[in-house]
Amino acid sequence: MRATSHQFPENVHEALANPTLRQALSKMRGGFPVNRAQAISRLPEFDALRDTARDIKNHTLEHLDFYLERFEERVVANGGQVHWCETPQDARQTILEICQRLNARSVTKGKSMIAEEIALNDYLEEHDIRPVETDLGEYIIQLRKEPPSHIIAPAIHVTKDQVIEAFREAHTELPADRPLDEPRDLTDEARTMLRQEYFDADVGITGANFLVAETGTSTIVTNEGNGDLTQTLAKAHVVIASLEKIVPTMEDMATILRLLARSATGQEFSVYTTLSSGPKRKEDLDGPEEYHVVLLDNGRSDLLGTEFREILRCIRCSACMNHCPVYGAVGGHAYGWVYPGPMGAILTPTLIGIDQAGHLPNASTFCGKCEEVCPMRIPLPQLMRAYRTREHERGISPKATRWGLRLWRFLATRPRLYGAVTGLVARAIANLGWGQGVVTSLPLAGGWTSVRDLPVTQGRTFRSLYKQTKSYPASSTK
Amino acid sequence: MSAREAILGRVRASLGRGRLDVDKSAELDARLNAPIANLVPARGQVSGAAAVEDFIQMTLGAAATLEEVATDLEIPAAIARYLASENLPARLVQTQEIADRLDWDAVPQVETRSGPAVSEDEVGLAMALAGVAETGTLILRSGVQAPTTVNFLPDTHIVVLRRDDVVGGYEEAWARLRETCLDADGRLPRTVNMITGPSRTGDIEQTLQLGAHGPRRLHVVLVG
Ligand code: SF4
Repeated sequence: MRATSHQFPENVHEALANPTLRQALSKMRGGFPVNRAQAISRLPEFDALRDTARDIKNHTLEHLDFYLERFEERVVANGGQVHWCETPQDARQTILEICQRLNARSVTKGKSMIAEEIALNDYLEEHDIRPVETDLGEYIIQLRKEPPSHIIAPAIHVTKDQVIEAFREAHTELPADRPLDEPRDLTDEARTMLRQEYFDADVGITGANFLVAETGTSTIVTNEGNGDLTQTLAKAHVVIASLEKIVPTMEDMATILRLLARSATGQEFSVYTTLSSGPKRKEDLDGPEEYHVVLLDNGRSDLLGTEFREILRCIRCSACMNHCPVYGAVGGHAYGWVYPGPMGAILTPTLIGIDQAGHLPNASTFCGKCEEVCPMRIPLPQLMRAYRTREHERGISPKATRWGLRLWRFLATRPRLYGAVTGLVARAIANLGWGQGVVTSLPLAGGWTSVRDLPVTQGRTFRSLYKQTKSYPASSTK
Repeated sequence: MSAREAILGRVRASLGRGRLDVDKSAELDARLNAPIANLVPARGQVSGAAAVEDFIQMTLGAAATLEEVATDLEIPAAIARYLASENLPARLVQTQEIADRLDWDAVPQVETRSGPAVSEDEVGLAMALAGVAETGTLILRSGVQAPTTVNFLPDTHIVVLRRDDVVGGYEEAWARLRETCLDADGRLPRTVNMITGPSRTGDIEQTLQLGAHGPRRLHVVLVG
């Protein structure tokens, strides 16, 4: 997918002006976050499990080379193969070669963010291989020729009416007057349309939520069962996964599994957690003849050595975006690449470059909700702040920001002047509110107030109140 | 230099060290070869009748159905009744493991076939290795006796689970896998399926729909 992260501000304007998108996004807020809170309230050990999971991943990353080598050894012992790929192009090429060797005409695909990251579908199509997305959400956006807008609910921006439209347009072999109004009808139609595809495909591609070093196993976590049909019915099962998916043991995986579904959809456990350890055994009656793991680096080995290492603990649960006010307002497409929301704000600039995606770490209100809900205890706001610092140091932050910061520094190092100026500003903003409690248009800050209201100041600054009482004002003791 | 060496080299450079020394490798190998359970929540530590009770509640909570029977002898009739009550055809595909276990002579109206499933099969019947109480999760594994397609292709999936095979947490299920399912080379079966309720999707406006690609119905027969 072509990144549009560099035009994030324009994307945001478009998103905010799109009523259909707002309608679709409003459904999310009552869904995932509410269900997550309920699921967690039923598991008193949840926070302790988060600490354990963080420690497991930190340990794994600290010895990543060792665990990757062990994983490969055991995949080979299971009769499979690991393909080490440094770049997206290497990974695409590797998968294409497997498909071509098997004379594949079509491949079925379970949902994989790494496949999106390497833009696999476009590449296969260019080489006359038809990729068929089998996850319902992915299938919908494939028909609509769109990228996903959410990492676990790729079609969350699409309304039911738009799905109906896409199905009527694509499934012309079905009677035009068939009823298609209910989500049930749509799910059944997709099920019927995709059934034969599983049998026809020569290669089935899935992602992986975990790679287990102990056993050479790849694991997918799904609700639909499409990933299982994909890998069971094809001649070859190709797993595409990035380096950091590795965990040492099945026990370590169990710990993280207890966090994953609860943080994602708020389910106690996903419907299908499937462990795949190699191809069909000699005596097995079904299963793929070949098993390949395409192991993608794409900058992660370097990322490991930076202050952003902690993002490599991410298990792609989506809790951070489900709770993010910015994501909730603009949706996933505005972020302009595969990974949206707070985790995307860190991952995207590291993967496609800060020059491309420098806006994203700024797309935050620093409310801290993402860190609060992240099951892997990734300090997302801190990482975003680190990006801002880097950006400032490299002199690529916007002129207005640099000028503003310089002015602030000038004032902040002159306490008397600071007091006088902030006092004036506080009174001026209070007057601007015209007794309404909010300012709807503020000079020099139109970018802020054109889409939000600013609460008015109470007329005095904190410093002057503090001076008066020599203690923290009662309303702000904390 | 191969891509493998390049990637591992960069990983080591980022970690600020070279290859791990022999002692450290041995320590990590010990961790891999004798895995130790991390924190297991209280609800994953139940056993006996309490575990069975939790399993039943969690399974029903995941939108599966469940029937308890006393012995294997009762299973064919119970399944025949279930198929009739759901207006399903009296015809199913079963794994060899089930075929060896059950005697269908008592219910001649149910037509059975053993082996992998094909797209025409509407009902699949398989045996669970274990049931995990903490989330009502069934553990099934592939093998010559147990083709995977039976679990995914038919619209209705029926699973037989022995009461004695209900465990508290996932770690106990792993222990069973290691005890009973590794091959001569110590390898896991090709696939291990953890199944919690019937297939579902929320991809259309976050409305829950059962039966996305896998089975629409999951029915557990708890025996013992
Ligand atoms: S950053 Fe944390 S909350 Fe966000 S997707 Fe990753 S693991 Fe989940």
